Amino acid sequence: MISFVLRRLLSAVPTVFVVVTISFFLMRFAPGGPFNLERPLPPQTMANIMATYKLDQPLWRQYVNYLGNAVTGDFGPSFIYKDNTVSELIGKALPYSVELGLYAILIALIGGVTLGTIAALRQNSALDFGLMAFATVGVTVPNFVVGPVLTLIFAVMLSWLPAGGWGDGSARNLILPMTALALPQLAVFARLTRGSMIEALHTDHIRTARAYGLPSRVVVITHALRGAMLPVVSYLAPCAAALLTGSAVVESIFTIPGVGRYFVLGALNRDYPLVMGTVILVAVFVIVFNLLVDIAYGLLDPRVRHD
Amino acid sequence: MTKMQKLATSLLFGTMLMGTAPAFAEAVLHRGNAGEPQTLDYAHISIDIEGFVVRDLFEGLTIYDANGKIVPGTAESWTVSDDETVYTFKIRDNANWSDGSPVTAEDFVFAMRRLEDPKTAAEYANILYPIKNAEKANKGEVPIDQLGIKAIDAKTVEITLERPTPFFLQLLAHYTALPLSKANFEKFGDQFVKPGNMVSNGAFVLQAHVPNDTLTVVKNEKYWDAANVKLDKVIFYPIDDDAASVRRFEAKELDLVYNFSADQIKRLRESYSDQVHVPPGLATYYYVFDNREPPYNDVNVRRALSMAVDRDFLAQEIYAGAQLPAYNLVPPGLEGYGQGPQPDFATLSQIDREDKAVELMKTAGYGEGGKPLEIEIRYNTNANHERVATAVADMWKNTFGAKVSLVNLDVASHYAYLQEGGKFNVARAGWTADYADPENFLALNVGSNVTFNYGKYKNDEFDALMKASYEERDPAKRMDEMKKAETILMNDQPIAPLMNNANLWLVSERVSGWGDNPVNEHLSKFLSVSE
Repeated sequence: MISFVLRRLLSAVPTVFVVVTISFFLMRFAPGGPFNLERPLPPQTMANIMATYKLDQPLWRQYVNYLGNAVTGDFGPSFIYKDNTVSELIGKALPYSVELGLYAILIALIGGVTLGTIAALRQNSALDFGLMAFATVGVTVPNFVVGPVLTLIFAVMLSWLPAGGWGDGSARNLILPMTALALPQLAVFARLTRGSMIEALHTDHIRTARAYGLPSRVVVITHALRGAMLPVVSYLAPCAAALLTGSAVVESIFTIPGVGRYFVLGALNRDYPLVMGTVILVAVFVIVFNLLVDIAYGLLDPRVRHD
Repeated sequence: MTKMQKLATSLLFGTMLMGTAPAFAEAVLHRGNAGEPQTLDYAHISIDIEGFVVRDLFEGLTIYDANGKIVPGTAESWTVSDDETVYTFKIRDNANWSDGSPVTAEDFVFAMRRLEDPKTAAEYANILYPIKNAEKANKGEVPIDQLGIKAIDAKTVEITLERPTPFFLQLLAHYTALPLSKANFEKFGDQFVKPGNMVSNGAFVLQAHVPNDTLTVVKNEKYWDAANVKLDKVIFYPIDDDAASVRRFEAKELDLVYNFSADQIKRLRESYSDQVHVPPGLATYYYVFDNREPPYNDVNVRRALSMAVDRDFLAQEIYAGAQLPAYNLVPPGLEGYGQGPQPDFATLSQIDREDKAVELMKTAGYGEGGKPLEIEIRYNTNANHERVATAVADMWKNTFGAKVSLVNLDVASHYAYLQEGGKFNVARAGWTADYADPENFLALNVGSNVTFNYGKYKNDEFDALMKASYEERDPAKRMDEMKKAETILMNDQPIAPLMNNANLWLVSERVSGWGDNPVNEHLSKFLSVSE
């Protein structure tokens, strides 16, 4: 098991390297630069700025410098948010995204699995259809619709909750954004759980368990659900990586100071170091969560062994 | 009610009670700010929303009052030499930094030298080029100590100009001309912008800054005019999603919102009537023709195309009144200039303009019965710009039977292309005043302006008039020369001015002291809030 984890972590190094290299050069092929603004800069000023940020050096040298610095944990200054380095920006914003994302994952996972299980147990009943209709709506209605609607109802009309902002980070501030963030994922989890649960309920070992006269709750929770969790767990990896690294849409609708907006702002403003920083962040999250899921697989499914 | 429901309800109400704000006696302004400042180092800022924050923290020699008029700031008074090239400012005796040390002439000299120092690479160093040797120093041609600013004594600063500059007092209210505590900068370097490090001389001091969340400033007790500052705290909320900021205004979380979406004006007016402010601003939305290439090198073609654009439609139907139709480049309302010269067709009705446009186009030999007219409109990606381009394409199609295609690039690429002299047919551009003077707009079109003159317009008469205006001492005559220059520009139509923007503000009824003004300057020091 330990050697499996080590091997996976080692193989992650070239993966990150490839991701970094491709992103670095792709970014530079985009027309315009970080300092081409609506109001153009005089050539002399532009030259001074390019020199300050070492953008006047040949591209290969910039790339080598970047790699060298990145290895030591220096991801450079942000070109847009000039008072901060990329590490500072991400370091300040990531905790907000992770906290919000974590709540959203918990809501989505617990809610989704519960609803999916209920729907599977009452297959083809009105309850099943109702829940699945809700799930379909959850998947299809984008959170840039859900978010503003929630805000209009609970903040503007009812004045129960704030319309946005992190505030002091109390539940009051987080209820709406985490709901908006969780809903689409909750719907996915519900559909996945229902599908695999129905399948699991029809397997031989469940029939055997029932035949032994085990209580229904034990059959469902300890036997069927365990097998039914596999597709849910594999979806959990990309879902967690996406939610924990922030959603540009939800963060901007609810004005949450998370890391999600930096993906979009970085790319639009050609803030090369910021884009690279966010790309590395996501790459690391995806790799780590895929690894965690593979480990979880081994625990859930006795047929999967990591030797 | 099930147990679960009870729990949920009590949680909900519990947190709501906890979250209810205690009744502070503090006067706090919740100021929406349309985006996160890129930096608080005013040698490196370039947009209005950064200026709002920075000028609440720092104060220059002159400032704009609530109505947009220049009034003394850190300078108590000044004298101007007879030839109008030497300004001598007396700094207030009670002008202090927030750490209690006096603001000295040296702090201004230091800040300005830093701005023009090539090593600083300040984006807007060129705004202060009217100061003697500023341009040369900024280009590294003369040492920085040759810059035309010096400290006569601790409280007297003397600034020498290259030539008389009638708008110089306005330039000094620009954020590039703010002072910097030399002692503080020497201690912290570029990190002086961080809360805890920053020492400022304005009405407020920086207390906390969480990027993309809040930027909190509190009253500066050491400020010379502290007795008249009514707010204890201003919280800037950097919200780039304009719909989100409107919702937060409606939820009464924000007192001020800047730059909301124009299509909301009508709805907001119905609900909030006079809390919606739409004063005309100093910005022009225009289309540039590539004057180098046929058919756009033909004045008849340019004029015809310009005439065929129904500006009222663009302003009303696309911008819902958040832009006003424009027929000339310099926005109205500039002191001494008033309404600038418009082309002859401005007074005609749109139907007459179209008839005349068809004739002109025929004279030029294009359009129906002539050479085919294929036009590509370039604009920077934006829903409103796209709607304008689509409407204009339709107008040209209907009037001339032109084949019009649209090309859009993100803002960085669009301007990079134009600045680097890329060829085009018609391109969108916009200009917002750096200072309230017609020169700021007209200079975009002088032949020697390689960067901003996207269409490469060249008219010697226009250039000569602009040159004369720089040398003219008499303010009224200077304005006349610029009016003559703009008359030529508008007859030639190298650009088609389409609209002047309005600044969009939501100002809560809690706020008093607010004044609408074309320079769009709103220092928090003039504002107060009621409970």
